[in-house]
Amino acid sequence: MKEDILVLGIESSCDETAAAVVKNGREVLSNVISSQIELHTLYGGVVPEIASRKHIEKINQVTEAALAEANCTMDDIDAIAVTYGPGLVGALLVGVSFAKSLAFALDKPLVGVNHIEGHIAANYIEAKELEPPFVCLIVSGGHTHLAVVEDYGKYKILGCTRDDAAGEAYDKVARAIGLGYPGGPKIDALAKEGDPEAIAFPRAKVGENGYDFSFSGLKSAVLNYLNSCEMKNEEVDRANVAASFQKAVVDVLVEHALTGVEQYGLHKFAIAGGVASNSALRKAFEEECAKRNIDFYRPSPILCTDNAAMIASAGYYDYIAGHRSGWDLNAIPNLKLGDGK
Amino acid sequence: MKLLALDSSGNVASVAVTEDDRLIGEYTVDHGKTHSQTLLPMLDEVKKMIELDLSSVDAIAIAAGPGSFTGLRIGSATAKGLAEALNKPIVEVPTVEALAFNMYGYDGLICPIMDARRNQVYAGLYRFEEDPDTEEGYRMLTVKEQFVGDFGELLAEIEAMQTKVVFLGDAVALHKETIKDTLHVPFGFAPANCNRQHAACVAALGRHLLLQGKSVAAGEHKPIYLRLSQAERERAERERAEREDGAH
Repeated sequence: MKEDILVLGIESSCDETAAAVVKNGREVLSNVISSQIELHTLYGGVVPEIASRKHIEKINQVTEAALAEANCTMDDIDAIAVTYGPGLVGALLVGVSFAKSLAFALDKPLVGVNHIEGHIAANYIEAKELEPPFVCLIVSGGHTHLAVVEDYGKYKILGCTRDDAAGEAYDKVARAIGLGYPGGPKIDALAKEGDPEAIAFPRAKVGENGYDFSFSGLKSAVLNYLNSCEMKNEEVDRANVAASFQKAVVDVLVEHALTGVEQYGLHKFAIAGGVASNSALRKAFEEECAKRNIDFYRPSPILCTDNAAMIASAGYYDYIAGHRSGWDLNAIPNLKLGDGK
Repeated sequence: MKLLALDSSGNVASVAVTEDDRLIGEYTVDHGKTHSQTLLPMLDEVKKMIELDLSSVDAIAIAAGPGSFTGLRIGSATAKGLAEALNKPIVEVPTVEALAFNMYGYDGLICPIMDARRNQVYAGLYRFEEDPDTEEGYRMLTVKEQFVGDFGELLAEIEAMQTKVVFLGDAVALHKETIKDTLHVPFGFAPANCNRQHAACVAALGRHLLLQGKSVAAGEHKPIYLRLSQAERERAERERAEREDGAH
């Protein structure tokens, strides 16, 4: 009897075309990512139509490479998992349509995966011992969610952003101080040269529950600061702006997240998503979790970025739970965490 | 020779399976649902109905474009998945030519027109010529290759050719009055049975292309958009403006 379960994951929700083979939800046999980032840098951000066009040119090659690197063939694959939302609809449709017809022609089970759940599952790959329940903060260019992972595929959303995602705020501030796209890594690098206490930017508190986030006020405060400097003919210390802005973001994320961990009596906390590779954020959580005696989990940067290994991992848990998608699976651009279960 | 053909270039979703000169099964709908909800379930239905063994298919024929960008990509990604799984080639059939093939044997000009938005059409001009060397007796000739552009200019070209013409495609409804008001040459409009995309046409033309050795590997295929994305267009315009500024 075959005991191992191999899942082929396919991801095309934004600007990375990716495919991966993962064994038993935890062991990455291959993780192939074709990034379009250089192309979109020309436009200062991801252009959906260009992203979709690139996905269709790369999807077969990326899939073939993932199988080859995993040293297996389609015959060895037990299920095909594909991101069907949230994300850019045209981009998602490439992966969804491709994965569907692949599964159809190979007579393999198809599992539609929520991209945000994929980000959370990146932690299962990184930390083989991690099991629910735990609290997870998902931060990326498109998402800022704080959730209790009660079980595999079962979530309780504590809070999310009321306006901009954390990564979006990074991109906007980076543009304002002339760093360009993508903002996250550039601000992170520049902030290392600045003083995080130099400028007092606001830490927004929104809503009753204390878990929701708001970053548009912070972004405006940075823009106002830059304007007032210009009016006064003062030179802007961009490193100080980057460091102080980043500190304001990190403070809020850490405070909300760890309050959640303690309130729910859990002692495990994980971060996920593109912004989870931010060095200041990782450091702040490392220190604060150590202080509060919380086990801290974070995926390696390669698993924080959009990738298909995390989709295959999340798909594995959906698959063994009996979830199957039909041939009418559609892309859902605004899919919510926990939807469709 | 067995072909599995797909067309999701416009509002119509269509799948067909042909073997040589026989259409074994076709499923065509022109309905509001998105192609990602219809195309593969339709293929699944056809496959079951005709007890199709997918591995017996020689190639996947796809209406490769032009058309709705998203529609084209749903069809192309579906074709690429099938071709990848089955290890078969893809035959790229120009959408407008496949539309024209609906009017097989017609002795005037054939003008398929598809709405391209922005006051433009995807269109082309075709005619059939007798050719005893072919199996079917006629050969389709391209008078004007498929393009995206202004419909008024196309009408002027048709008028200048002094030949009768039949129109088909989803843009007919938009331009019928203009055609009636403008043209002096005899014209007509194809009826419901042959005025939209049919995957059977894609398969029939695809078979000709495949016999001529014209196919690509799954990984090589990409849609024929005939248009840049809006961002690329605007960037090109900006750069042109900057160059002109620099020249002055």
